[in-house]
Amino acid sequence: MTSSDAPIQASGQSGIIRLRGDWTLPQAALLEQSIVDWQGQVRQLDARTVDRLDSSGALLLIRLLNQRPIPAGAVQLKQEHQALFDAVVAAVDSTDEAIQPEQTPLWQSLFEQVGRAVMRVLGNALDLIGFLGLALHRLLGTLIGPRRMRWTSLVHHMQESGLNAVPLLILLSIMIGAVLAFLGATVLRDFGAEIMVIDLVVYAFLREFGVLLTAILLAGRTASAFCAQIGMMKGQQEIDAIKTIGLDAIELLVIPRLVALLIMLPALAVLATLAGLVGGLIVSVLSLGIGLDLYIERVSQSIQLSHYLVGLVKAPIFALAIALIGCSEGLRVEGTAQSVGERTTSAVVRSITMVIVIDALAAVYFMEIGW
Amino acid sequence: MSAVRHQGAAEAPALAIEVRGLRNAFGDFVVHEDLDLEVNSGEILAVVGGSGSGKSVLMRSILALRPPQAGAIHIFGQTIEPEAERQPELEQQAGVLFQDGALFSSLTVLENVEVPLKAHQPDLSDSLRQEIALLRILMSGLPQSAAHKLPSELSGGMRKRASLARALALEPKLLFLDEPTAGLDPIGAAAFDRLLKTLQQSLNLTVFLITHDLDTIVTICDRVAVLGNRKVLIADTLEKVAEYDNEWIQDYFHGPRGRAAAAAGQRTNGSS
Repeated sequence: MTSSDAPIQASGQSGIIRLRGDWTLPQAALLEQSIVDWQGQVRQLDARTVDRLDSSGALLLIRLLNQRPIPAGAVQLKQEHQALFDAVVAAVDSTDEAIQPEQTPLWQSLFEQVGRAVMRVLGNALDLIGFLGLALHRLLGTLIGPRRMRWTSLVHHMQESGLNAVPLLILLSIMIGAVLAFLGATVLRDFGAEIMVIDLVVYAFLREFGVLLTAILLAGRTASAFCAQIGMMKGQQEIDAIKTIGLDAIELLVIPRLVALLIMLPALAVLATLAGLVGGLIVSVLSLGIGLDLYIERVSQSIQLSHYLVGLVKAPIFALAIALIGCSEGLRVEGTAQSVGERTTSAVVRSITMVIVIDALAAVYFMEIGW
Repeated sequence: MSAVRHQGAAEAPALAIEVRGLRNAFGDFVVHEDLDLEVNSGEILAVVGGSGSGKSVLMRSILALRPPQAGAIHIFGQTIEPEAERQPELEQQAGVLFQDGALFSSLTVLENVEVPLKAHQPDLSDSLRQEIALLRILMSGLPQSAAHKLPSELSGGMRKRASLARALALEPKLLFLDEPTAGLDPIGAAAFDRLLKTLQQSLNLTVFLITHDLDTIVTICDRVAVLGNRKVLIADTLEKVAEYDNEWIQDYFHGPRGRAAAAAGQRTNGSS
């Protein structure tokens, strides 16, 4: 039978139950179990022998009694526990039936997810086109009236997203140039055409890799920064403040970032191309046995201006895509920490995707027109 | 013998918080110097002081969120070790309502209240944990429908109440509040004051209340501690503090706002 220190004990009279021990939060799990295990009838509780009672304990008393509303005198308490118990009863009485969040069947939520994803992609595309129009309109405005340009902000962003990215970009480009030369050498050695490694590096970096590497680096580095900066400002209502002062948030926040990238991305792409050629040079000279003068001569022979233009013409388009996606995602932040994270991820993923898609389309186009 | 005495002391200590010789400094700027403060068990202590007098820093020191340069802090007779990684005793005994609520923005109100319960009472069944969390929410004066909302969907006053519900989750004996009525309208602030007093009485809480709100001080506080000159200038009942000879205190309690609050307080006390 029940031991003498069990929290719930029969009193001898039917329906009246005596409670003892601590009815507090640390004991709550045990108490809940003894309530479930209690088989007898419950009409009245004698809780005068309870040592300590807190609101979780009071909740369990109400659960044990399992009657609504609680009849007067059904629970006898120590004087000092009465106020607490009354407060808990008042709170519990204000509930209706427990509100359960609605559960949808799995197959339904699957369809729902797919539908939402499709609509989100469409909505994103529409938003981006709208934002592109808005930004171009404001950009035109600043070009006509250059006094509306925020020069300090522009220079700041040129340094932040351009100049500060130079060391990393050069390192990456040299590495990729070297890897490309090694890769080419392994294939071309069988044909005895190791000298063609130089052509490979030159073609790849002038047409594609110089600008593509730069764009991918900036998409990861700068789109995320733009999104988080603008997103935090949105969360702190700074964007609203800008609007109420009568300033234009696009002109103030988006245009300097956009122009900074439009200037810096092509400049960085030139650096990346040069660094890639240096990477190829290092491998050629050190491990393929091609002399320095031969390398330079071969490079100047194989370079054509059209190759370089094919690469560089994409730079402003990439800059536009990265800056616009970063800023528009930032403006869609909704004030929670989670939202900032989601939007920043989305900014990076979307801008890198966009850069690669544009690059692939451009490659096909230039191939077809025979440049 | 000492163990027995220790247990006896923990059973009914007169002092809930005891701060001795506290020193806090940011570089050369000294916020607190040789500061002493006592908070009696079961009282509501209002901590007032001008901007920059270190009210929040004092609270952070007591909560071991900021290691002080010198001094000792005891909570219910136990010394707080500011260097310790975790303070399980303190975490369970003290509930904190931060200035801006500090609710977790990606969780619903109910989930917010469940967080400390999950962390400290992992044995609770899901249904009981939710029931306890819901009880806290209801006791804090929020409607049941607020439980499944995100903090961003609530008004400022409701966020304070949700935050109070989370602070009360673990049945703390001590409640720290940092300007709970700031940013609330007077009616909402008065309702919050009443709620606080009711909860303090029914749950037998000790409350450390940082506030600028004179109405709160007049209507619900047992004692007032005034911070100034890097120390506690005086900590006593409102009448004695209001008579204390200090320019800032006189301005504070006998300026136009102070007089209005005192008059309103007398009307309320007279009518009830």
